[in-house]
This record gives sequence, C-alpha cells and structure tokens, in this order.
Amino acid sequence: MSEQTVASPSVDEPGVDLRRRRFLTGAATVVGGAGVAAALVPFLSYWQPSAKTRAAGAPVEVDIGKLAEGQMMTVEWRGMPIYILRRTGSSVAELAALDGGLRDPQSEVDQQPAYAQNAYRSRTPEVFVAVGICTHLGCAPTFRPDVAPADLGAEWKGGFFCPCHGSRFDLAGRVFKGVPAPTNLLVPPYAFLSETRLIIGSDVEDKA
Amino acid sequence: MNRLFQWFDARLPISSFWNAHLAQYYVPKNFNIWYFFGSLALTVFVIQIVSGIWLTMNYKPSAAEAFASVEYIMRDVEWGWLIRYMHSTGASAFFIVIYLHMMRGLMYGSYKNPRELIWIFGMLIYVVLMAEAFMGYLLPWGQMSYWGAQVIISLFGAIPFVGPDLALWIRGDYVVGDATLNRFFALHVIALPLILLFLIGGHIMALHEVGSNNPEGIDIKKHKDANGKPLDGVAFHPYYTVKDLVGVAVFLFFFAIVVFYMPEMGGYFLEKPNFIPANPMQTPEHIAPVWYFTPFYAILRAVPDKFLGVMAMGGAIFVLFLLPWLDRNPVKSIRYRSNTFKALLAMFVISFIVLGWLGMQPVTPLLTFMAQFFTILYFGYFVALWWMSKNEKTKPVPERITR
Amino acid sequence: MSTLKNRAIWGAISAACLALFAMLASPVHAAGGHVAGLVKAEIDLGDTASLQRGAQIFVDRCLSCHSANLMRYNRIGQDLGLSDEEVKARLIRGAEVKIGSTMQSTMPAALAKTAFGVVPPDLSLTARARGSDWLYSYLRAFYVDPARPLGVNNLVFKDVGMPNVFWREQGEQVLSKDAHGVEALSLAKPGSMSPAEFDGMIGDLVGFMTYMAEPAVLQRKSLGFWVLGFLAALFVLLFLLKQEYWRDIKK
Repeated sequence: MSEQTVASPSVDEPGVDLRRRRFLTGAATVVGGAGVAAALVPFLSYWQPSAKTRAAGAPVEVDIGKLAEGQMMTVEWRGMPIYILRRTGSSVAELAALDGGLRDPQSEVDQQPAYAQNAYRSRTPEVFVAVGICTHLGCAPTFRPDVAPADLGAEWKGGFFCPCHGSRFDLAGRVFKGVPAPTNLLVPPYAFLSETRLIIGSDVEDKA
Repeated sequence: MNRLFQWFDARLPISSFWNAHLAQYYVPKNFNIWYFFGSLALTVFVIQIVSGIWLTMNYKPSAAEAFASVEYIMRDVEWGWLIRYMHSTGASAFFIVIYLHMMRGLMYGSYKNPRELIWIFGMLIYVVLMAEAFMGYLLPWGQMSYWGAQVIISLFGAIPFVGPDLALWIRGDYVVGDATLNRFFALHVIALPLILLFLIGGHIMALHEVGSNNPEGIDIKKHKDANGKPLDGVAFHPYYTVKDLVGVAVFLFFFAIVVFYMPEMGGYFLEKPNFIPANPMQTPEHIAPVWYFTPFYAILRAVPDKFLGVMAMGGAIFVLFLLPWLDRNPVKSIRYRSNTFKALLAMFVISFIVLGWLGMQPVTPLLTFMAQFFTILYFGYFVALWWMSKNEKTKPVPERITR
Repeated sequence: MSTLKNRAIWGAISAACLALFAMLASPVHAAGGHVAGLVKAEIDLGDTASLQRGAQIFVDRCLSCHSANLMRYNRIGQDLGLSDEEVKARLIRGAEVKIGSTMQSTMPAALAKTAFGVVPPDLSLTARARGSDWLYSYLRAFYVDPARPLGVNNLVFKDVGMPNVFWREQGEQVLSKDAHGVEALSLAKPGSMSPAEFDGMIGDLVGFMTYMAEPAVLQRKSLGFWVLGFLAALFVLLFLLKQEYWRDIKK
C-alpha cells in the first residue's frame, strides 16, 4: 500500500527520520521475502519423486536372449513402456533410404543419449530401444513391422504407428514429415550387461 | 499500475476494506504482550492449513495404509518430515496460543459488554478446534491415536437412551475402524477447517464492529479528536502490523526450536506409543489424551459416575460460554478490580494447570482426590465470580489511557 | 502507576509457568510408567563412525530375524557417508536386494513364529516407541533363567521371547536379589568382550537404531541452526522497524 493512505498521527513532526524508516521497511521486506522464498523450497520439493518412487524407478535388467529377429518386446521402466526391437540386417540397411521423408533423420534433436545419436539410433545396429510413448501427446504407438499394408500405404517399410493421431515413425523411431509428432521417439539410457542382457535406465556397460 | 488498481477498486471494495480494517481502524495504543496472541493464533491457523494441505497429498486415510503413509512422509517424501513436524507442532502451538489468548480475555474482561459476542465466537472456535485436534490425532493411526479415539467416542455412550447407538453411529463400526478413520479425515481436512474459517471471520468482524479492549479496560471511543479519530487509539496499520510482526518473529523462533530440536517435546506433542501402529487387540498400559485435553479429562475421571463425569466435562467447557453474564461487574481490567477477584482468577488458573497435570497421570486414590478438589475449585471460580462481582469493591477507572 | 501490583501479577504468572514446566519435566508420564532402572544410552548422532558400526551390527545380528521395512539401504548410505558400492558390499545380503530396497528380514515370518512363538517385531521405529535408553538397557539385561524356553530372561522386558544374540560377546549374567528384594545382574561367565567393550558395541547399535527411527534427525538438527539464526536476524530488523514507527506515538 502506498504511504499516503497510512494515517499516521505525526509523521511531519520533527524527529521522524523518514529515510531510516524507509530503509528499515525495505530491509525487513527483503529479508522477510527471502525467508518466505526459502520456506517455499520444502513445499515445492515435496512434489518431487519420493525415495520410494525413485527406488521403484531404478534401472531394470532385461533378458533379450529369446528375442528373435524382427520381434519386439515391451518392458516397464519407471511406469513407461520400453520397446526393445531386434531389427533384421536388411531393415537396418533400409533406414538410410528413408532420410528424405523424415523430419530429423540425423537425430539432431536431443532425444537420445550420445551413444545412440547415429544412423540407427542405438548402441548396436540390430537392437533398438525406445520409450514407447508418442512424442505428440503421449499415446503408445503400435509396432507395425508389416511392409506396405493396406492402411499405411505402399511406402511403409515397417515402423511405429500411433493410433491416436496417426503419427508415424520408422524402425529407428525417427518421425516422418507431415505427422503431428514433433520429434523422434525418446531413447532411454541403456547398456549391455552381456550379449543377451540389457539394463534399461543406466548408461554403465560393465556392470557387475 | 495505479489505473489498474483504480479499475479494480471501483469494482471491488479493496481500499475501503483496507481502510476499515487496517489503515483507519483504530486500536488502543497501550497493548501489552498479552495482545500478541490473537495475531499469533491466525499465524498458526495459516501454518496448519498450508502444512495440512501438503500432508494430504501423501497421506492415505485407510486403516491399512495410514500409519505407513505417515512414515512414508517422514522418510521417503522430500522434506516431508519438516512439513509433518510443522503440523504436529502447530497443533500444540495452536492450543498454547489460544489458552494464552483466552487468559488475556479473563484478565482484562474482554468478554464483557459490548464484547460478549466476540467471546461466544471465540468459545465456538475453541470447541471446534478441540474437535479438529481430536480428529486429526486419529489420523496417524498409532496406538495412542486409536485408543484415544476409542475412549473419547465411548464418552458419547454415556448419554442416556441413545448413547450406545450414537457411539456406533459416530464410529460407523463396532470399534474404531477404517470407516471412523475415513470420516474423521474428511471432517478434519474439509468440514471443520471451513467452519473454523467462518468462525474466525465472525470473531474478527464482531471485534472490528465494537473495537478492541485494552489492558486498562477503557473505552477509547469516548474521547475523539475533531476528525472522529480516538485520541488514545492508533491506526492498526502500520503501528500494529509492525508490532505484531515482531511477535510473529519471536513465535516462529520458539516454533522452530521445537520443530528442529524437540519435535516430540518429550512425549507431549508426539507420544511414544503413537510410533506403534494401532492394534485393536492391545491397549497401551497407560493412555492419556494429548496435553491440551488433559484438564477436561481429569474432570471426567474425578467424577465416579460415567454419565455425571461426561456431564461435568461438558459443563466445564460450557460454563465458559456463560462468562459474560456470570461476571456482573462492569469494570473490565484486572488492574482496577478487587483483590478477591485477583485471588479467584489465580485459583482458577492454578486449578486448570493442576488438572492438566493430573489428566496425564495414572489413576491413584490420592490423585483422584486431588482431581476432585481442583474440579470443585474450577467450577467454584464461576460460582464465586457470580456472587462476588455484583457488589465488588473496585478502584476508579481513569477516563483516558495514561500508561 | 501501580507497577508494584503489576509486578505481583507477573510474579504469580511466572510462578505458575515455572510450576507448569516443573510438572512437564517430571518423568512419570513421559516414559509411560516404568522408567526405574533404565540406563541412559550415551548416543552421539554426530559420530558417523559409530553409526556405521551400528548399521553393520544391525545387519549382521538383528536382520536375520527382524526387519526394518521402513528403512532403505541407500538412505543409510546417504546419511552415514557410504557410497552405494560400500553399502552393497557391507550391508546388503543377497544379490537380488536392490540398493533402494527396504531392510527385510532374511528369515520368513512363518518360520520365525514357530521358532520364537511370535513374529519378531519390525525394528524401524522401536527406538522411538520404546526410547533409546530402554533399548540400551534391554539389550544389556539378559540373564540365565532355565525356566524359560530359550534359557534366558530379561530384567527390562520380563519373559521376552528373544534369545540373547550377543551372549558370546557379553558372557552369561545371573540375577541376584539383595536383602531388600532389589534385583541386580552380575557377570557369571565372561564373554569375548570386556563389559566396557560390550557396552560400546550396544551403544553403537542403539545409536544406529535411534537414527533409523527418524532418518531426518541429522538433517533436522543441522538445518535448525540456520533457521534459528535467520529468525533471530529477522527479529532484530522487525524490532527496529517497530521502534521506528512507534516513535510517532506519544506516551
């Protein structure tokens, strides 16, 4: 409130040091405001994932020994579906041919760890790992390995199709032009513990 | 900025509200330390509402999950321990502040004409606050929560004819159970705080209608200057806002000492058995209500008959409502009242404190006798006050505030 | 000005407050009845090494029958200055137990029930529910009693179903009564530790269990200092501000 509305009986009296008064008001406001701001920290942090949530969101280990070529499996990590796909050699080879029709063929947008920023968006050419959540509005895209099906058209070489709003991704999770999804599918941190064991949620390769 | 304010002010009573209740609301200039507790009560209320809302975000109101969810807040949720301790300490702090606030009213006759309604609103706040605290205490679902609720709800069973059915209806189960916990949660977090908010509003509106009393018990509206401003009054803002803020800082200092260094307060704010999950098969060896209920609990136990005990306990609270009419002396402040009155008030305060202590102790014949003695003194205050206040020899009350 | 009367009133009020504090300080209530005979546990929650030793003892000796299912392993590491790798190596038993898991007993509840007659209680909150002094006294108060199924009884917790898991270290105590019927324990057969060493070990364990009953305790105490300091500074500022404004008011 402005000073004018304050009805103080004798502000104009000699002996009232208005500068001191203004300084003290300012100082008390700043210090008190800092206190309120500090007090907000616990209340805001309270909304962060709890220790229990973080423990439940710890990395998960997956056995991919039984995953055949061309097959996909889904595991849960932090409550999200994680797609693990073993691509065939020929489908990996075909990826480069699609570049012209893609929004971000070189994976320049930060949607993957550094080790997956390559032509096939994965640590090894065959095994592809991605978060199965469409980058448009969060639906789970369906895996459509079939080539040139009736509903997706003759150009379809296999990939992921989101049933909610029709977004299309190739077998490296790269988004096509002209669909609502803005970016490629997210690749989570993952690593190989051995030939057949994957760990999702951790970057560390040589884990005991 | 100023034009934006004008726009709103023409459509909302912002500046008129500001002036009526703060900038041009005149308050006696001679408030002493006892007059801090009103604004402090409001401070605690805000602390409780905010910390309470945050606690509900992780609390699970079911018998199977409640205890673990409180420990989840204490351990797994970021800063959960701090918010929980603020709430548990705030509960006790609320009663400390309210008791001192009421004590102020007793000393300076703040309940007297024309402030009877303020007192009634205050008493209603006190009663609802007790219900609020009682229901909140069940929520952690520890042994003390459980058995405390079991005992207190059983009191309703003492009412003739309808008692047992009433107790069953309150619990929604044959003993305190999941249904009880769930409905107490609803009342604790929504219904009672809403009622409290309305009552606090009424309390303050009634106060601002007639103006504050003061340690001298003098009506400052009798002497005004040419502008109609009381000569012995000062604007609430800025004078009492800056003064009350000093009080808030001191209060928060002591509050923080408890929260950070003694959140259990030696078992008075958080009782040890409440760290054991509720077990309907086993009563703790010694159950006592939380400290703020113990004076009334002692009165309950002092009477050797279940129904009469409940009546005495209820009466001990109800009689306070009648205080404005029991005290028939127009002189407000203790400063100008007789020594008899001072002695009586001292007796009342001592009985209340001793009863509070007795309510925490296990029952022994000596302590029961003491409880009966002090129960008589407690009620004796009101009877004696009614007798002696009519023809009490008081000192002359000055016209103006001079100290 | 009747300052004298005022003083009398204030005197009465302070006396009442003092009386209240004296009553609050009386230990009768706080311990729920029987404090007599409890030994004070000398615990220093700032002694990280002691808490680490206590955690080790707890995992090695208590967790085989009891659980602490509110306590996470990685939280112990964070609070007691151990890395996740150290926690895994020292405290975690079993390859399938994750670093973020809570402390579960290695013994199935049903088996424990047949062995001891009751399921051993969860120990997460015991130090808070019973008190550190109680725990410290209890763990040192086992004595030989052939009348009991396990051959031992306890002076603090009569007819307890738990064996003395520290009998090798402590040795064997026997109960004696003096002429006044006062019960006392004495060491009949020394164990592998001297009484002082043994008390130190139990102190470490109780220290850890006290921490475990409220893991926020360390953070709480260290933060409190700053909060109080801030509030003290704020008080000074607000007090000066109030004094400044109240210059306007003529007495």
